[in-house]
Amino acid sequence: MFYEPDIAVIGGGPAGLMAALTAAEVGAKVLLLERDGHLGGQLVKQTHKFFGSEKQHASVRGIAIAKLLENELHDLQDRVSLWQDATAIGLYEDGVLTVDHGGVYKKIRPKKIIAATGANEKYLLFPNNDLPGIYGAGAVQTMMNVHGVKPGHRVLMIGAGNIGLIVSYQLMQAGVEVAAIVEGLPTIGGYVVHASKIRRAGVPILTSHTIVRADGEGAVESAVIAEVDAAWNIVAGSERTIPCDVICISVGLSPLAELLWQAGCEMRYIRELGGHVPVRNESLETTVSGLYIAGDVTGIEEASAAMVEGHLAGLEAAASLGFRSPDYDHERKDCLEQLRQLRSGPQGEKIRVGLSRAEEQHAD
Amino acid sequence: MHESTDLRISDHPILDFGNKEDIPFTFDGHAMMGKEGDTIASALHAAGVKILGYHFKTKRPRGYYCAIGNCSSCLMIVNGRANVRTCTEPLKAGMVVETQRDRGTPDVL
Repeated sequence: MFYEPDIAVIGGGPAGLMAALTAAEVGAKVLLLERDGHLGGQLVKQTHKFFGSEKQHASVRGIAIAKLLENELHDLQDRVSLWQDATAIGLYEDGVLTVDHGGVYKKIRPKKIIAATGANEKYLLFPNNDLPGIYGAGAVQTMMNVHGVKPGHRVLMIGAGNIGLIVSYQLMQAGVEVAAIVEGLPTIGGYVVHASKIRRAGVPILTSHTIVRADGEGAVESAVIAEVDAAWNIVAGSERTIPCDVICISVGLSPLAELLWQAGCEMRYIRELGGHVPVRNESLETTVSGLYIAGDVTGIEEASAAMVEGHLAGLEAAASLGFRSPDYDHERKDCLEQLRQLRSGPQGEKIRVGLSRAEEQHAD
Repeated sequence: MHESTDLRISDHPILDFGNKEDIPFTFDGHAMMGKEGDTIASALHAAGVKILGYHFKTKRPRGYYCAIGNCSSCLMIVNGRANVRTCTEPLKAGMVVETQRDRGTPDVL
């Protein structure tokens, strides 16, 4: 016999937590799977305050949002089974989901599934990029903000998107020197407010620059950086050596979609969304009936959008099983409106373009 | 014994790491001390250990990279078991942690 929850939510980050909460609130029996030993996903290392509106917990720090959602989940514990240290490892055509739960192999057959599996950090190609001391930006955040350990003494940050800027600032808060932020594009990708804070602290943000190589015996001791022209060629004679013991790679994220590939979802490569994403409808249902998605696996955005997507997916998956809140129509409309607002303006241009290609209608 | 306070954050404007209990373990036979809440990799890093293993073919050093169990760069031998993702594995008192130099043998064999 299979364990058959109404809805299995894969991933206990901001999207998965919201999906589980929403579905449980309207009466569905939910199984929430979390790979790690804690809930909140990457929220637990985000010490900065959020943007957006009150509904998305604006001006609350990420770490506090994680705690808030976890407490709400606790209030619904008669309807939510929480498995931690539980990695979803297979999703098959007959709807069976396999899980490694603390070393025990389990098979379950949920009526509906919401995949909120998140993202993977992208990598960058350069000589010696495998030297110890070269860390992903998320990893540096984890080490500092979760474990209270500095990644090193002097960091070269690669990438001036929001994560690169925020992590640079957090490094300074932890008492680590940031030598420079290197950005290949001619402009800073992240918010001006973050960039200004860093520049005021005296850290140079070098746009149209790239890392040429890392050097060191056994671990990073320095990096060579150089200027690039409009065609991304290195400008001759512009190379310089930056002494550092950490190189932090912050060049974006890719959706973590292996399970969705395996389940047979129609996938599409959409550069603006960070890689291959499942084709989905407005209700966040993929081309595999009953399989929904929320958060970064739908395309790389940020935690505020992930929470709203989780809310929407939870609402829709539950409604499809007959668990429909009296406010269903209003809530649904409100989610779509919040997402529209979060993606408005010039900062949302990229995501709007990407989503218009991922949200193509498909036969139900 | 390795000095383990150097990279620990003692003073932070937002976070308070408080006074956490010490957790003793060994790394390649050396006595080490981590802190409550550490993963194996964070404890080693705080103690200045950056090389966690060597690539089984090229023998190039491998260190911490993703911190969330995705990338396999931090695989080590823990209590005799190879391929443990030390970036997510909580540190426990008395753990025997060793540098991994080859593919490792699955513990089911």
